[in-house]
Formats: sequence, structure tokens, C-alpha cells
Amino acid sequence: MGGSLNANHLLFLGHGALWTIGLSTIALIGGGLLGFLIALARVSPSRAIRLLSGGYVQLIQGTPLLVIMFLGYFGLSALGFSISALMAASASLTIYVGAYFGEIWRGCIQSVPKPQWEAAEGLGLSRTQRMIKVILPQAMRIATPPTVGFMVQIIKNTSLASVVGFVELARAGQIINNSLFEPFLIYAIIAVIYFALCFPISALSRRLERRMGNGRTKLMPA
Amino acid sequence: MTKDSPVVSLKEVHKSFGALKVLDGVDFSVGRGDVLVLIGRSGSGKSTALRCIDRFETIDSGEIHVCGHRVDAPDIDLRALRQDVGIVFQSYNLFPHLTIEQNITLAPVSVKRMAKAEARERAAAVLAQVGLAEKLDAYPEQLSGGQQQRAAIARSLAMQPKVMLFDEVTSALDPELTGEVLKVIEALAADGMTMVMVTHEMGFARGIADKVVFMHAGKVHETGTASILAAPATPELAQFVGTGF
Repeated sequence: MGGSLNANHLLFLGHGALWTIGLSTIALIGGGLLGFLIALARVSPSRAIRLLSGGYVQLIQGTPLLVIMFLGYFGLSALGFSISALMAASASLTIYVGAYFGEIWRGCIQSVPKPQWEAAEGLGLSRTQRMIKVILPQAMRIATPPTVGFMVQIIKNTSLASVVGFVELARAGQIINNSLFEPFLIYAIIAVIYFALCFPISALSRRLERRMGNGRTKLMPA
Repeated sequence: MTKDSPVVSLKEVHKSFGALKVLDGVDFSVGRGDVLVLIGRSGSGKSTALRCIDRFETIDSGEIHVCGHRVDAPDIDLRALRQDVGIVFQSYNLFPHLTIEQNITLAPVSVKRMAKAEARERAAAVLAQVGLAEKLDAYPEQLSGGQQQRAAIARSLAMQPKVMLFDEVTSALDPELTGEVLKVIEALAADGMTMVMVTHEMGFARGIADKVVFMHAGKVHETGTASILAAPATPELAQFVGTGF
């Protein structure tokens, strides 16, 4: 590369944007699965499980993602594990997103009014049946807007994968800028691409929030 | 449990929430097909006593026997207990994401492993019993408060309980809607359902109760037939029912 911005640069940015989407998807799925388990653990009847999962959430929420990325990549390498940038970024984001989803969803599960739990219990449903058939369907409705909203954070946080050398959108921009020395232009283009990725999701989150206030998605009063 | 033994009995039941003594040696029993009405001021312990019967609260000491279950036993099979005991709450607590039919069929299918077709037939039957046959496909939010409470009663009835507990089921309803719920409960009593109910509807209590238990400061202060409401023996009950003393 070199000279002025051309189609190849834009293609390279496009490729980086695809990896941003890919990494976001991995973080969403991995973090979603982990977060679901964390959320269930956080409302477990077992105190030990609640404490353990709560400790995990506190630890991850108190650690910058950048540090988790470094630990995942350089730390594991130092311990003798060979790990690719993609694997390190995916694992770090999964660990990070899992803690946040776990906490968001714990709040959603616990915000289902207590009488709903009692009514299900009074009908003789087991704890698992209460969760699956009564609590989680209601919690999912509450959880949808904040979950979609947090997806925006996931997309933006994938930019930190650039520190371990993974070439996603931000890293692709850095590479192009290193050859063109047009930081304002390059980072403005990157900002526009991030905005284009995030804005529809933010809009969807706001729309879902509005819908929550109307129609059948509304929860019954306690 | 013998044929004549009480369906529900509480013996010397004590219960505290922290330093607050809520039940202080409560005794009462309910025979098969009888209607026991628990009355008392707010904070007298009547709702707690009712919740202890279905083990929503654990007791500190004493004994509770319900349909042959030793409710205070640490190893009680709660699912078996709750198949024998139906409970209806003040705030209806229908599941908002399910239709009325789904609300009613959920427990028979999930807990009693009833076939879905049979559960649907039962849902239709219990809804007809409470006068809501046409509301099978409605969602709870589409029903009035009184209809929701009747649907909640139908949901409990679908499990064919041996005893029904009602916890101030008309308190959240305006007087116009209260009547329709009370009529359903009267019909259940006429059919011989064993019931324990907490209510502030004194007129209704007079008409339906086989036994009235007046609770005061966590104790059974006065008990007897519905006639005690007209002729209270203690100043506390007299004051409560507003007859003076």
C-alpha cells in the first residue's frame, strides 16, 4: 500500500469490518451461552454457586477488557500455550461479555415479580419447570432491549482485539494509516463504518424498549 | 389420615420474622368439606398462617398436617403437597405470556403428566365452572380483574386439589367485581370443597363459613361458627367487626 486512499484500502477496511462482525458474533454466541449459565448460577438456590458466579462477575467487571486481552494472548503464551490472535480475542471477549450478560440477565430474571414465582410454585411446578415455562419467557422479554443495546458495546469492544494483532476494522485502519499518514481521514472512515454497524442495533434496541411498554409484552403488575 | 381426621390442622404453630413474632401458638383445624374463614386486622398473622399451610413459609415450631402431609417436616415432598393444595392469591398471578387455556393446562401437563387433549378438556370444564368458557384463548391482560381472579381459581381447580386456600382474593377488586368472584367461591363451597380463606368480606364470611377463626396479635383469639361475628365474646373481635362492645 502507499500513496493516496484507493479502492484496495477500502476493500481492506471492508475485510476488517467483516472480521469485526465475525468477532462480535463469536462474542455474542460464546458470551451469550456463558452469560446464560452465569445468570442461572446467580439466582441458584445454592449459596456457594451464587458466591462463585458473583465473584466471577465482580472480577471480570473490575478488569479492563484490554487487560483481559493481554492476559489471554501474552499471558497464555508465557505459560507455554500457543494461541492465535483470533482465539485470544474470542476467548477474552467471551469471558468479558459472559460476565456482563450474566449480570444483565440476572437482573431480568429477578425482576419477574415474586408472585409469579410463587404462583408457579403453588401449582407444584419443579424449579426447572418454573424457570423454563414461567420465569424465563417473561425475563426474556424484559432482557431483549438491554441485550440488544449491549450488542453495540460488543461491536465497539472488538476494536480492542487490535492490541493482540488481530486485524479487525480498527487494526485495518491502523495498518492503512501507517502507510498513508492520513489519520483524520482513515479514522473518520472507520468511525462511519462503526456507526453504520451500531446505529441499526441502537435503533432496534430503542424500538424494542418502546414496544415493551405496550401490548402483550407488558408484565402483569405484582 | 383417617376418614374423619381434619384435612388441615395446625398445632401450636410459632413463626417469627426476625424479632417480630407473627404466629404465637396458633391452633385450628378444618374438616373435610368445611369452609374455615380467617379474619383479623392487618398484621394479625392470618395470611402468614395461610401461607404456612402451603409451606410458602416455614414455621419455627409446632405441627401442620395437610391432607396427610406433615408440612413442617424438613423432607416434605413439596410437589406432592401442592398437588393436593390449591392456592389463589390477592393479585391473581396469572402468567401474562400464556393464554388462559395455557395458564390452566400448564400444571396438569407438566406436573401431573396429563395428556394435552385431556388437559384442554379440563381447562374448558373449569373455565365453564367459573363462568369464563369463552375466554380460553384470551390473554390475562384482556380480562377484567374479576375475570382474572376467576381464571386463577379455575387454574387451581384444574389440579383437582383436596383443599383450596384463598388469600384475600377480592382485596384488589372493586365492589362490582368482588361479587362475581365470591359467587364462584360460594359455588365451590356448595360442591363440598374444603377451603381456608383469609377475607375482609364479613358479610360473605357470615354466609359461607362453617368455622370462623379470629386472629389477633399472632394468636387465635376467638373461634366458633359464623355466629361469633354477630355475637363476639371478646372486645377485640367486637371492635373488629364493628359491633362495639
